Amino acid sequence: MEAFLFYVFGGIAIASALSVVTRRNPVAGAISLIVCFFCLAVLYVLLRAHFVAVIQVLVYAGAIMVLFLFVIMLLNLSQLEFGRARNLVVKVVGAVLGVVLLVNLLAAIKRPHLPDAAPLSDGFGGAEQVGVLLFSKYLIPFEIASVLLLAAIIGAIVLARREF
Amino acid sequence: MLAELLVLIIKIVVIFFVLITLVAYLTFAERRIAAFVQDRLGPNRVGPEGLLQPLADGIKNLLKEDIIPDHVNKPFFVLAPIMIAVPALITFAVIPFGGMLPIFGREVQLRVADINVGLLYIFAISSLGVYGVVLAGWSSNNKYSLLGGLRSSAQMISYEIAMGLSVIGVVMISESLRLNQVVLSQSGLWNIVRQPLGFVVFVGAVMAETNRIPFDLPEAEPELVAGYHTEYSSMKFSLFFIAEYSNMVVGAALIVTLFLGGWLVPGLESTNLGPFAKGVISIAAFLVKLLIVLFVFIWIRWTLPRFRYDQLMNLGWKVFLPLALFNIFITGLVIILSQ
Repeated sequence: MEAFLFYVFGGIAIASALSVVTRRNPVAGAISLIVCFFCLAVLYVLLRAHFVAVIQVLVYAGAIMVLFLFVIMLLNLSQLEFGRARNLVVKVVGAVLGVVLLVNLLAAIKRPHLPDAAPLSDGFGGAEQVGVLLFSKYLIPFEIASVLLLAAIIGAIVLARREF
Repeated sequence: MLAELLVLIIKIVVIFFVLITLVAYLTFAERRIAAFVQDRLGPNRVGPEGLLQPLADGIKNLLKEDIIPDHVNKPFFVLAPIMIAVPALITFAVIPFGGMLPIFGREVQLRVADINVGLLYIFAISSLGVYGVVLAGWSSNNKYSLLGGLRSSAQMISYEIAMGLSVIGVVMISESLRLNQVVLSQSGLWNIVRQPLGFVVFVGAVMAETNRIPFDLPEAEPELVAGYHTEYSSMKFSLFFIAEYSNMVVGAALIVTLFLGGWLVPGLESTNLGPFAKGVISIAAFLVKLLIVLFVFIWIRWTLPRFRYDQLMNLGWKVFLPLALFNIFITGLVIILSQ
């Protein structure tokens, strides 16, 4: 059952990710990205990381992509035709970089044998355990991430304000 | 294993039909209550006291001609009502509508899914409902629809923040995100007494999320024709209404679960009725509380005028958000001091 769900949702994730970069209409690309995020959330659930899965849908698919869609719709980008890459050099360099990235990813996950799966604790993946970790072992990265978000908010307000 | 699956499927089918019927009769109740508030009678001709009116409306909507205008973006035009109705309906999967019912020798827990992050699941799925609105407004290729769609989605994402923050106090008290756990933690005292500020902010945020007056500027006729659903007809249009009313039902069910004690009846545990009777009474208690909260929503709609858009956004960001944060602070302080 788990393997079946993994293959189905993994397949949909790959198909929608491909569709993001091949669609002409940017809104169709954005909707495909939302589908991809949703499938990723299902994969997180299969890995027993329930909290991260729900937060993925809540934050990424539910808030960030809405703002993407706002920008696409307000700028009316569907009328804009991005010309196809005509330069041969650009196409060749793009293909080579893609292959290099693939080789890198494969080298990173290839091992002679996978390590044995560790038994999971009882509340693994729930909000309580993630919260405890965030406030004890990973406190400094947590606080730094909050300061980063604050800096981004202030930057956005400064960029968008009218002159007083 | 197979029996469990069968029980699950039966629960899903029963809840789905009850939800759809509740939504249909909610439209009828809205029209009758609106009529009584306005000192007239409302629809009372179809069937006894007008009770078959939703059936007539359903048949009318199914048989009407389904027009798709030429100037719309067809794939997204058809996709939008689906993207708004489906999240509205599946949010109900985690809400506990009763305690436990012993049927045929097995204990049936009265909720479809008991997820350990149940509360976050509801917020995640309801934040997906914004896409239907944005797509409906944009794909209609019509200035009024686009404006209505953008306004409505801006309103929805602004009030999502206040909605999420106002229930953190409840989560702090019940120490769990499982909705059944939140209900059980209220067996001493309902959360409306322990979290009054959270209750007020949450109810306001739910009314803004479901686009109910006083927050319904995106749908207001004098302002924007009909907002984001101007170009829709027949079944797609009624899908928008099904979505709006089921959002209302889910919001009311959340208010009952988080603040009004869910399916608990004070004093029921100490009586010595059998478990089946207790289960049935818990379902009835949940339904009664749900209907009272829905009645208050309808009552408020036909009593108050609507907010202007800037007043609405002001309220969401400058009033509800600070109040919700203040509520978290006070709750934390009280919890620490009482230990």
